[in-house]
Amino acid sequence: MYKKNYLGRKYVVIGIFVAIAFVFLGRLFYLQVASNQYQLSARNMALRSIVEYPPRGRIFDRSHHLLVYNDAVYDLMVIPRQVKNIDTTKFCQLLGITKEFFEDQMQKAENYSYYKPSVFLKQLSKKEKGPIEEIMYEFPGFYFQTRTLRHYPMPIAANVLGNVGEVSDNDLRNDHYYSPGDYIGKSGIEKYYEKELRGKKGSRIVEVNVHNIVKGSFQGGKFDTLAVQGEDVTLGLDAKLQEFGQKLMVNKTGSIVALDPKTGEILAMVSSPSYDPNLLVGRSRSENYNRLLNDSLKPLMNRAVLGTYPPGSTFKPVDALIALDEGVITANTMLTCQGKASKPIACDENHVSPLDMTTALAVSCNSYFWKTFKRIMDDPKFDNMHDAYVDWYNKVKTFGFGETFNTDIPYERPGNIPSRRYFNKLYRGSWNALTVRSLSIGQGEILVTPIQMANEAAILANRGYYIDPHFIESIGNNDTVPTKFTVKHYVAVENPLYYKEVIGGMEQVFDSSIGTARFYKMDSITQAGKTGTAQNPHGKDHSLFIEFAPVDNPKIAIAVIIENAGYGTTWAAPIASLMVEEYLTGKITRPKLEERMLKADLNHDPRP
Amino acid sequence: MSKRESFIGSPDWILLVLYMVLIVYGWLSIYSATATSETAKVFELSERYGKQLLWIGMAFILGFSILLIDAKFFSAFAYAIYGIMLVVLMAVLVVGTTVAGSKSWFQFGSFALQPGEFAKFATALALAKYLSLNNVDMRSMKTKLMAMAIIGAPALLILMQNDTGSALVYVAFILVLFREGLSGITIVSGIIATILFIVTVIFGEIYVAAVLVALTVLVFLIFKKVRKNWSGLLVGMGLSLIFVFSVHYTFNNVLEEHQRVRIQVMLGLKNDPLGAGYNVNQAKIAIGSGGLTGKGYFKGMLTRNHFVPEQSTDFIFCTIGEERGFIGSGILVLLFLALMVRIIQLAERQRSPFSRIYGYGAASILFFHFAINIAMTIGLAPVVGIPLPFFSYGGSSLWAFTILLFIFIKQDANRLNVL
Repeated sequence: MYKKNYLGRKYVVIGIFVAIAFVFLGRLFYLQVASNQYQLSARNMALRSIVEYPPRGRIFDRSHHLLVYNDAVYDLMVIPRQVKNIDTTKFCQLLGITKEFFEDQMQKAENYSYYKPSVFLKQLSKKEKGPIEEIMYEFPGFYFQTRTLRHYPMPIAANVLGNVGEVSDNDLRNDHYYSPGDYIGKSGIEKYYEKELRGKKGSRIVEVNVHNIVKGSFQGGKFDTLAVQGEDVTLGLDAKLQEFGQKLMVNKTGSIVALDPKTGEILAMVSSPSYDPNLLVGRSRSENYNRLLNDSLKPLMNRAVLGTYPPGSTFKPVDALIALDEGVITANTMLTCQGKASKPIACDENHVSPLDMTTALAVSCNSYFWKTFKRIMDDPKFDNMHDAYVDWYNKVKTFGFGETFNTDIPYERPGNIPSRRYFNKLYRGSWNALTVRSLSIGQGEILVTPIQMANEAAILANRGYYIDPHFIESIGNNDTVPTKFTVKHYVAVENPLYYKEVIGGMEQVFDSSIGTARFYKMDSITQAGKTGTAQNPHGKDHSLFIEFAPVDNPKIAIAVIIENAGYGTTWAAPIASLMVEEYLTGKITRPKLEERMLKADLNHDPRP
Repeated sequence: MSKRESFIGSPDWILLVLYMVLIVYGWLSIYSATATSETAKVFELSERYGKQLLWIGMAFILGFSILLIDAKFFSAFAYAIYGIMLVVLMAVLVVGTTVAGSKSWFQFGSFALQPGEFAKFATALALAKYLSLNNVDMRSMKTKLMAMAIIGAPALLILMQNDTGSALVYVAFILVLFREGLSGITIVSGIIATILFIVTVIFGEIYVAAVLVALTVLVFLIFKKVRKNWSGLLVGMGLSLIFVFSVHYTFNNVLEEHQRVRIQVMLGLKNDPLGAGYNVNQAKIAIGSGGLTGKGYFKGMLTRNHFVPEQSTDFIFCTIGEERGFIGSGILVLLFLALMVRIIQLAERQRSPFSRIYGYGAASILFFHFAINIAMTIGLAPVVGIPLPFFSYGGSSLWAFTILLFIFIKQDANRLNVL
């Protein structure tokens, strides 16, 4: 039988094979080489970037007492895209949250990003995370991230240390280092030394499997970066002194600032009322914050740098120095309490009259300093009184008044030394020494902050210069203090003789039988100080005191302000003196005085 | 020539090398898809890569044994082998075990065998035997019907096991029939029918019918020669219309839901990346993310982390695509092409029609598996659960493909002894 030979058909068959093979090659080329959308999808699916948060640097005081350290907490994170088929009821039960809360948080996370992780539940303790962690695999899309929270072993210096909170939208815009949910120093040292304390975040890219279980690092960790621990910061603060100061200020409103005059280091900075810094940590942070914010006594305000007060008689040493420097008086110039325009600035105590400058400081004679001020204003070497005022104004400003220090305390107020222009405007150019005579006794428009007053004490202690008050002693292992905190600022009065004379008057404040702080004289420590009782529009006079000690080799300069407490002699002076004793000797030899100060409740039971 | 050598004949080294390369490439892919680490112990019989190694060893023994058997054995016992396979296929319907919805497995303790895999070479043998008879002419209706019966019987039994994918493989034999004289119109009609099916599913029967009628009128008006054969044109149009209108019914009533969805997903009518489209979508991403050179051995972050289902069996190609990239998967495609073309070349040099026809049968089956398996993983065909020869994990398919290939190698090795 004839059979046709279909030999040619093998080419058709082979043709089909080749055609299909090339269709595949074309398709594979498209999928694998031409388009890279699949690479992105694969990474989204199988890789997860885990941020490694470094522990924040710790903060120590000058004796290496730990002031701030870190506690581990756990944030529950969610990646909305990966969440599917989870038992919501069980999930909520294990976490102790409501279903509405769950829905809310999921919505928030989705609004931020469907693909990127968001914080679902913040700051769980180890105990809270325990039950759910064991069955995490049942909840794809969720995982824990370790974070650290600040912890304060001693509940002191809240206003100094500041606090750490979640970054604001503003922070996110200003510094791309941060991602939503990160923590940042919000105030105080935490804010100023944020860059040093925060360290450097690391990131780890891991492969996860389809059940969202981490299978290991991606490409052997080639793309991972290590977290760099934040640097420890050591402050010049003396924790013991700070604690003592806060105790003395309980139930009083005001501030204490103590400096080491030689270095400018801040030994203590008390703002009262204060609060336990541990309140502004953790999940109750915002609740506590709002409570503190609405407190009428403003505990969140650091009065040491934000409180501005008329310095009152504590300003008189500056008056005296400038007058001596101008040559309008000598230490022996005798003046009386009587005379023209003395009336409004009458001395409120009876004392000897006439009297010399030293005694005038010891008894705080208002007339004496008004008269010396007037002498400066009338000094014929100036063309007119206004020029004299400008000269005086410039000299006062060299003492650190009217301006903020270039320091490491965020948010300072400059206070106020009124300018010629200000008075020209106020009095339409027609003013004279008499018009502004309140300035001579630290009243009127003049306003200073407690830290400026402490600095005034430091200038007197140093006999003519100061270093910007600052907290930092060292950062990390680096022992050198930033150079800006070694610069000596010399004030307008340089002659050591004038300092000797003024300091002599300040010693008489303690040592003279008519000195305003004679009750707080100590045999073991020489002290030089000045009381102040400042009238103010807010009620009773502020009680003020500045001091440094020991006189010949000063180790501490201090200012104390107690708002609306009356005479400087009654409250600020003894508290300053107790602080000085505590710092220099480590013990208190005047327990009765100490007890009276500790117990005094000037907020609620103001005595005359 | 020693006695033993002459007995084995001279097997084609190209086929043997291609076979070895595919087997090794396949096992390496399974190892990467299933081992927990690169240093995992290879002989671990509780793991898939370990078992597959055992299956490979047994496949080698099987292949070598076939080379030892007298070449005439297979043509002599072709019908017997075929008959036995039909009985076994019927038996599995009664005593078989159901795996993944298909009642197509014999369970021997922990070991399962899928007889359907072996029915393919048996059918190829019977078809070769029948078509090589002297009085057979592909143009006669009787031959066509007989050939259809030989191919259809095992396909029907496998369909009854609810293993649609494996049953579809028998369509591949059309290529054999074509080589032996089946009119090309059959194949062209098949292609036209497939196109009509697809466009009807996409656009609906009304539009397609309208376009068909319009097309017929146009052809009638433009081509004057065709006018003389107007009756043929009319019949063609009529048949097409009937087919188009039956598509709707077939699609919605004959096909099962999952098949319908798979077709819709493939045609892009449905986007269901978490449901029916999940496999294909994940497979595409895995392959597509491989890039030009791939992510590297044991670095397939999707295939190694279970993002692709069935990655060691039907979707093994994804591992290659992701880890070896375009170069590695291109090489695989070319290896298969070489294997199939080589079989056709050898088949054409056979003196005996039986060997030639069997060779075409082997090549067609390998081609169908290769084409459908890879097409489904790269989204060119609906998901049909059939393995990639020599690559997919599983003893039954590996052994069946080894037997299929080695019977042909044996026939070819012995071709000079055929008078």
